[in-house]
Amino acid sequence: MLAREEASGPAWLSVEGLASHYGRIQALRDVALTIAKGEIVSLVGANGAGKTTLLRTISGVQPASAGRIVFEGEDITTLAATARVSRGIAQVPEGRQIFGPLSVADNLRMGAYLRKDGEIAVDMDRIYALFPILAGFRARPGGSLSGGQQQMLALGRALMSRPRLLLLDEPSMGLAPVIVDQIFAAIVRLKSEGMTIFLVEQNAFAALSIADRGYALETGSVILSGNARDLLADEKVKEAYLGI
Amino acid sequence: MAQRLLNHRAFGLLVIALIIAVAPLFFPSTFYYRMGTAIFIAALAAVGLNVLMGLAGQVSLGHAGFYGIGAYAVAVGPATFDIAPWAAIFIGIALAAAVAYLVGRPILKLRGHYLAVATLGFGILVSMVLTNEGTWTGGPDGMGVKRLVLFGYVLKDRAAWYWASAAVLLVGAVVAVNLIESPTGRALRALHDSEVAAAVNGIDVARYKLVAFVISACYASLAGSLAALSDAFITPASAGFLKSIELVTMVVLGGMGSVIGSIIGAAFLESLPQLLARMQEIEHVLLGLIIMLVMIFMRDGLFPTLARRFRRAAP
Repeated sequence: MLAREEASGPAWLSVEGLASHYGRIQALRDVALTIAKGEIVSLVGANGAGKTTLLRTISGVQPASAGRIVFEGEDITTLAATARVSRGIAQVPEGRQIFGPLSVADNLRMGAYLRKDGEIAVDMDRIYALFPILAGFRARPGGSLSGGQQQMLALGRALMSRPRLLLLDEPSMGLAPVIVDQIFAAIVRLKSEGMTIFLVEQNAFAALSIADRGYALETGSVILSGNARDLLADEKVKEAYLGI
Repeated sequence: MAQRLLNHRAFGLLVIALIIAVAPLFFPSTFYYRMGTAIFIAALAAVGLNVLMGLAGQVSLGHAGFYGIGAYAVAVGPATFDIAPWAAIFIGIALAAAVAYLVGRPILKLRGHYLAVATLGFGILVSMVLTNEGTWTGGPDGMGVKRLVLFGYVLKDRAAWYWASAAVLLVGAVVAVNLIESPTGRALRALHDSEVAAAVNGIDVARYKLVAFVISACYASLAGSLAALSDAFITPASAGFLKSIELVTMVVLGGMGSVIGSIIGAAFLESLPQLLARMQEIEHVLLGLIIMLVMIFMRDGLFPTLARRFRRAAP
């Protein structure tokens, strides 16, 4: 419902040979991955593995120092973050990054910042339908919400740009298990409506449970990839990320 | 009811307009017209700086540089190039905007303390040029400024300047209030809060910072022009470091992000030295102490703190 229907072929993303640096420190090396339209792909890995950097490089907040990012057949490696938003890539940043002083409604409006069409109010109602708790807080400052509500707001804000690819950075971070379940249920619902989702998580079990495919990142490189169910059963994954 | 009125920014500006209109009835001498003019002009620059600091969250310790550009545009323009003073005001604004654009592009990439030092350097640069460039500016001794003529009327007496500067301030304040409520204002508040979140929502962060910087420079230049024209005299000190610090203090003291706060901050900082003048030796000590106490006990600034107290008192 919130995904944008486009006639122009399947939405897909491919990353090839991607590298990224913070000064002289290399955070990503030779990363390759693909995401097909309508998939949930999960990226798991420990703290400092480069997960957030990879998301930031795809959304354009962090420059790539080598490699290519191709979205729907277009090379977007050097495009500015703004231009990638208008191509249909939306990121829910790590730590939610709600606009604290702005009201819940204004936070959602910011998500539709680049849109010129007249359906923004309609989409806002859809977000309130997806997360009914937000509807009661429309006029409240975003910063006054609880962590879980802020995560819902951050997700709603990203959806307001009518993305075709949704990048989620640690949506479970710092949240109670019952709230994490709600967020993940919303993610599954978005997928059922046709959204393509790239999910970065430390909570590997939850992330792989709802994913079609998964990748594992370690010190900036992809060390494992495959079907999410296979990864969940993989002995190495169990030991390293699932704590079983 | 009282709460809704208080929340409305236009209401606050109306009250300020009313105070400005009624105040002269109680002026014991023309000196107070002059003080009012000084307050309004400083407030205009503070309202502009608030767009950069309060809204976009970027600091500038060199805004007196733009103030100086405006001041010297109306001094040098008519004296050296025979430009009409009113036209020189607009040339000053255009010049300040162009300089802000060129300087802002590289330095707005810096953040926090680094941006503060870079803008500080810019302010010092402008005041050095104005001090050392002797042929046009008269160097450190300053120079006279031709009177402003509007529709054949020479703007000279203190009451006329009081009304003229008040009118410009109110127009500037209305523009600033509308800016805050506009999509641009929302984008500025968003990037103030989180640059990453703003960028991934499609806001061109670098461009909007630059927009805020240029807007605030235009306000500062206009204020500088009015100050030079109303005093009919100008020295490089008006573009100096202390002036920049004064402007920042006005914004922070009055309440960051609040247009009315900036006006109150300017009124407070401009009038306090006059009130303390009787105490001679300890004047500056007291001034510093009062500013420190305000910041300790009213951390959000004068206006937001007082408005909150008033709201609680009047349900």
